[in-house]
Amino acid sequence: MARKTRWGKLLEQRTLLLMSVPFVLWLIVFRYVPLWGWLIAFQHYRPGKRLLQQEWVGFDHFKFLFQDESFYLVMRNTLAMSLINLTLGFATAIMLAIMLNELRSAFFKRTVQTISYLPHFISWVVASSMIVNALSTDTSGIVNGLLLKVGLIREPILWLAEGKYFWGILGISEVWKNLGWNTIIYLAAITTIDPAQYEAAEIDGANRWQRMLYVTLPGLKPVIVILLILNLGNLLESGFEPQYLLGNGLTADYSENLDLFVLKYGIAMGNFSFATAAGMFKTVISVVLLFGANHIARKLGQPRLF
Amino acid sequence: MKTSARYRTTGDRLFDMFNVVCMLMLMAVTLYPFLNMLAISLNDAMDASRGGIFLKPRIFTWYNYEYTLREAAIYHSMLISVLRTLVGTVVTVFCSAMVAYTVSRPEFVLRKLVNVSFILTMYFSGGLIPTYLLHKELHLIGSFWVYIVPGIVGAFNVVIIRSFIEGVPEGIVESAKIDGAGDFGTFMRIVLPLCLPVLATVSLFVAVWQWNSWFDVFLYNSSHIKLSTLQYELMKILQSSGAAMTQKTAGDAFANARGQALNQVTPASIRATMTIIASVPIIVVYPFLQKYFVKGMTLGGVKG
Repeated sequence: MARKTRWGKLLEQRTLLLMSVPFVLWLIVFRYVPLWGWLIAFQHYRPGKRLLQQEWVGFDHFKFLFQDESFYLVMRNTLAMSLINLTLGFATAIMLAIMLNELRSAFFKRTVQTISYLPHFISWVVASSMIVNALSTDTSGIVNGLLLKVGLIREPILWLAEGKYFWGILGISEVWKNLGWNTIIYLAAITTIDPAQYEAAEIDGANRWQRMLYVTLPGLKPVIVILLILNLGNLLESGFEPQYLLGNGLTADYSENLDLFVLKYGIAMGNFSFATAAGMFKTVISVVLLFGANHIARKLGQPRLF
Repeated sequence: MKTSARYRTTGDRLFDMFNVVCMLMLMAVTLYPFLNMLAISLNDAMDASRGGIFLKPRIFTWYNYEYTLREAAIYHSMLISVLRTLVGTVVTVFCSAMVAYTVSRPEFVLRKLVNVSFILTMYFSGGLIPTYLLHKELHLIGSFWVYIVPGIVGAFNVVIIRSFIEGVPEGIVESAKIDGAGDFGTFMRIVLPLCLPVLATVSLFVAVWQWNSWFDVFLYNSSHIKLSTLQYELMKILQSSGAAMTQKTAGDAFANARGQALNQVTPASIRATMTIIASVPIIVVYPFLQKYFVKGMTLGGVKG
């Protein structure tokens, strides 16, 4: 009986089914089938043969991966760039949000916001082109130009040709591109802080600096925690486009991260199995990190993702 | 938070001044690269290679644009960019909204299943290589559809649109059904028009993403010049002008030699011009639609 009503219901809801099932099928093909493709990490994949007819090699590719010295270099770069971007991104965005909140003129505030959001919407290709320009050694390169003028350097520096500058350049570029945009969520959180708290603080004799420190900042704490969790889950996602576009052979020791590593071995060298093993490593660690961070947040009694 | 004027102390005033100065500097740093690019693209290429161009062109000319836009390949890549943005946005928004509608219907038997299968994809992906092999298997390589089909429904879009639909009073949907409208009719005539604000937001994000994409072109269609996009053409120019990144510019002699060979343009001037062309649609549209962008960000933030 129960079975019949279920089928009856399905028949009744055939329009809803027609509106969703094709997309679920699409989802299975485009999002779930690639997971099945992880099998090739355990094979010696050669194009042209069916997946299950490939030669199985067990964990060989993972062994190679963990024995490969360049893998550790790549991991170092990934984590370093991730952490630099995370720290710089958080600190600058929180600071800017608080400063924007303190502006007295609403019009001026809106203008600053509009302008600072803009770089978020241009592509990394366009942004990289601008960055290359700003860092160039000819006299139109503003960075070298200013440093020369102030007298900090004697001759122009080839910023993008030396690995030791790469992480810094990347961090600053990320800040330039996303600083304004990253403040939106903090500004939204600030509007939810009860004005009575500010009044109470004022009556207690707190000056402006103290109100920022003891009212605004604690008000932002839940948002900061949840964003930290999100970002910890993305620790291995150090970005891909800026490294690809701004990096070059000379800086590869610093610019190559996990994504570029996968791209190099997989697409450029055709070693699909090895690249898949590296990609799989990344996804698995990311999911573990995300759940781990979520668990910690729950333990701490903080808002969490799921 | 406003402090009334009579409480303003000297410290307050100093802080306000400091704050305003910081904001002015921020705006300058944000805008300078755009203005500098514009100035270089509007300056005589040979003259620009001498350097020293900052905010305004020294020898004004439209020649860089004339030269760039004379190239048939650039025109074609522009066409593909526009096409993928239009088709991609319409298809993605429509399909995402349709899925969002079905998972918003409380009576739908498969509601949970559909919902969870989409949400799950927000946490993992098969990764670059399996996805690449899949697209190859499906003959999407060398096809325009590789820009559209892999992204027709985004889990994130579904979540945002669904939460908006759930804010629509149930009575409106119910009365449409009582009047004899089926689910598809209700979706098309009632729900879609009511969702216009959220659809505008999602459309903008998808459109910007489509316009800015270059990696899929690089990965799947780098040997199919007919399917190249503006961003990818700019990326190729950027990569080939590696000299600007890794060598000191060799001075006038080099620039002159290259310049004459290319008839009054230099790699740098072409790059500046392409950079401006590739970013202009966004810069023009952005100020008018900014509030929708911001709304999308806060909508997404609610869900986390």
